[in-house]
Parts: sequence; structure tokens; C-alpha cells
Amino acid sequence: MLELLENLGKTTRSSFAKLGRGTFFLTHILTGISEVLPRPSLLMKQMYSVGVLSFLIITISGLFVGMVLGLQGFNILSDFGAEESLGVMVAASLVRELGPVVSALLFAGRAGSALTAEIGLMKATEQLSGMEMMAVDPIKRIISPRFLAGFLSMPLLAALFSAIGVMGGYMVGVGMLGVDDGAFWAQMQANIDFREDIINGVIKSVVFGFVVSWIALFEGYDAIPTSEGVSRATTRTVVNSAFSILGLDFILTALMFGDI
Amino acid sequence: MANSVSSANIIVSVKNLSFSRGSRKIFDDVSLDIQRGKITAIMGPSGTGKTTLLKLIGGQLYPDKGQIHVDGQNVHRLKTADLYTLRKRMGMLFQSGALLTDMNVYDNVAFPLREHTHLPESMIRTLVLMKLHAVGLRGARNLMPSELSGGMARRVALARAIALDPLMIMYDEPFTGQDPISMGALVHLIKSLNVTLGLTSIIVSHDVQETAAIADYIYVLSEGKIVGQGTPQQLEKSDSQWVQQFMNGYADGPVHFHYPANDYLDDLLASQ
Repeated sequence: MLELLENLGKTTRSSFAKLGRGTFFLTHILTGISEVLPRPSLLMKQMYSVGVLSFLIITISGLFVGMVLGLQGFNILSDFGAEESLGVMVAASLVRELGPVVSALLFAGRAGSALTAEIGLMKATEQLSGMEMMAVDPIKRIISPRFLAGFLSMPLLAALFSAIGVMGGYMVGVGMLGVDDGAFWAQMQANIDFREDIINGVIKSVVFGFVVSWIALFEGYDAIPTSEGVSRATTRTVVNSAFSILGLDFILTALMFGDI
Repeated sequence: MANSVSSANIIVSVKNLSFSRGSRKIFDDVSLDIQRGKITAIMGPSGTGKTTLLKLIGGQLYPDKGQIHVDGQNVHRLKTADLYTLRKRMGMLFQSGALLTDMNVYDNVAFPLREHTHLPESMIRTLVLMKLHAVGLRGARNLMPSELSGGMARRVALARAIALDPLMIMYDEPFTGQDPISMGALVHLIKSLNVTLGLTSIIVSHDVQETAAIADYIYVLSEGKIVGQGTPQQLEKSDSQWVQQFMNGYADGPVHFHYPANDYLDDLLASQ
């Protein structure tokens, strides 16, 4: 019993300590961003490896999610004779929820884990320490550009995911199942609200991009510099990102759409 | 100024340094001075905190007690910006080389110049080629760090460390794991750079022969204390058994061959 209490205390203390280090790290990253902006080449390189290289997984996943939405939506809507609303259903679910959430989960798996492993290995091979000894702040030089790249890429990737998903839904709904072409688009246009749906979706993806990039970079920077430590940190990035994305999604949805 | 140290000849002065990691004491009231323009070696068995000492001098770690002055400035009292200014004048050669793996050799050497100066690219090119030539790797400028052997990586790191013409260079185990040829090249390089560039060199090592061949002064550390110091000649004649054991590599002596354990016979006969 006493041991249980002791462990509980230890865990609480270490998680608060970690939260503290994480917050300190975040403020350090944010102050570093002012030094990234005058050097766009640093940002471009990271935008490529974080954003552009996630392109394929986002596109393919978006297409399949949209196609499945088309199929499932058609089955349910046709029971009520409301097949024409398929466009609204596909677009609303993608723009409001699936676009930001699924692309953030994929982003955490694809780009987040890569960031953690990269930073963790740079730490393990003393590259960060070496940079400090060369009087270059590794957080400003290495971490801040990556953070900014992740933060900027995420909303773009989520938008891409939703757009491709709508195309997938269209292909299945209109192309295969015979929903009326005009009704599909017209209903979507009439019922999807720019502020209510699209802006809210973008806000979600901005928040997820911020959180995932922060978690991924912090786990890498805070990793124990051994192969086991880096592998654990990579796992934690994916797990913690997934929890944060899903938890924050609920909170944001409640604030945006809920009447709580 | 309270921070200044009087003697102009001493570039690094460590006073009453204590440092521990967890419950393990790494340094216990250590004081040592490093002379300007000389090669000073800090030797001792693995795990005596030699690398830790370099990190303390570079301001990457904070001591529990005591002060470290570099060029008259108290390293651990400096503001971050001043510490970074000081570090531009300290080169450090890591055991692994610590080259940036996403850049080739040329860009690695150019890195500190590009970060800290606003020199035009043509000037940087000249400087980088000069530094690479000094370590004999001008022809390897387009290779990536993964394509270099251990000895070459260390030489590239050395070229990078001297890129900003520092006051002093700290070498962390420069000879470990080198074949005789690259070891010879490194020994020669450290010595000749020290003379030609007027550097101060601090070598942390446990390779007795190579280090003693080029060092002007040696401190021997063990279990958090300095157990011997002097020129290589003085140390060879030292009457401390410990120093004798270390310098000559005897298997048994004040440092026992066996890790502390129960009595051998008792251990063997002990029933589960």
C-alpha cells in the first residue's frame, strides 16, 4: 500500500516535471521562430521533409476514407430516400471531423515519429551538444524550423485530405451508385457553411499541428540518448499525439458545435 | 572585477570543483590550471569524469561547488549570450566527431562560419578549403559524414573546430579506437596545430603513450581527485603507486583487477 502511494507520488512528480520541461521547451521554440523567418531556406527544407513527404499517405488515405464514406452514407441515406444528400454527408464529416483528425493521426505517425527519431538520434550522436559548443543554439537552429514547418503543413494536409475525400465520395456515390451529379454538389454547396464548417475544421487542424509538432520534437529532445531511449520516445510520440488529438477533438467539438 | 583572474598565463582555471551525478561523486574539490599556448592532458581511467570536466569547462553542465574561469571569465556566472560569445572562442572535438549528418564535409566545416559571420560565400570557400587542407582532407569535401572513416570524421571535426580560429581546443578522447596510422596523423595534427595556430589544447585521454608524447603537462585523475600531475618526464618518475600503475598499464596495483566482491571461496561454496 505504501509502495503504491510512493509510486503514485513518483509518477505524478515526474509527469509534472516533464510538463514543466515541455513548456519551457515550447517557449524556447517560439522565441526561436523570429530567427527562422529571416532564413526561409531553413524552413523550406523542413517543409519538404515534414509536409511534402507526407503528401502520398495523406492523399491515398483521404481517397479511401472518402470512398468508404460514399458507400456507407449511400446505404444509410437510401433507406430514407435521401441519397441526394450524400454530398453534404461526405463533405460535412470530412471537413468537420475526419479531415483534421485522421490527417493529424497520420501526420503523427508519418512525420511526428520521424521528427522524434531524428532529434533523438542527433542528441545520441552528440550533434546537438556539438552545436551548443559551436555557440549555435540547437533549439533555435534545429527545432524551431521543424516546429514551424509542422505547424504550417498540418492545415494544408488536412485541407488536402478533405478535398481528396470529397472526390472519393463523388467517385463512389455518383460514379458507381448513381446519385445525381447536380444534387450531390448543389446540396453540398447549400449546406456546408464556410464559417461553421470549414473555418472550424481549419482551427482544429491548426491546433493539432501545433500539439503534434510540439510533442514530437519534445519527445526527441527529451529522449534518453540510447537506441532504446529513442525507440521509446518514438512510441510515446505516436501514443501521446493520438491521445491529445482525440481528446482535444472532443473539447474543440464541444466548444464549436455543442450546446453544453 | 570580481570575475577576473590575475595570472595572464592561465587560460582555464578550475577551483575547488565538486560535481556529482545522482549519488555518485564525480569531482571532489578538484583544482587545476591550464596554461596558455600549451598542450595540457587530463588523464585517468574510463569513467572518472574526464568528458564531464570538458562539459563543465564549456558551460554545458553546472558544478555543485567551485568555479571555472576561462580567459578570466567565470563560465557559470555568464549570461547565455555572453557564454555563447565565449564558446565561439572554444573549439571542442567530440569523441564521435559530432558532425551534422545531413550535410557534407564542406558544409560541416562551413557551418560555424555561416552561423556566426556574414562573410561572402567566396571567402567562406577559401577559409573552408584552408582548414580542410590543414587536416589533409581538402579532397574529401564532397563526402557525407556516413562515408568517412572514424579517423577522417575526427579530422573533419577538427577542421570545423578551428574554423573560427578559437583560443583553445578541447579534445575528448581523440585517440580512442583509431588505427595506428590515423592515430599518428591525429597526434601530429594536434601538436602542429597547437604550434602553428598558437592554440591552447586540452586533451582528455587514457591513451598514455600518445598523450605523453605531445603533452606539456599532465593531470591524472582518479575517483574525483587529482592523484598526480607534472610533465610527462616527472610523472614517469612519480613515486605514487597509482600513477605508476596507470602510466605503465599494470593489471593489478592500487586499482584492483577484481571488481569488489565477496570472498571467492565463500562465493563458490555458497548454496543457492
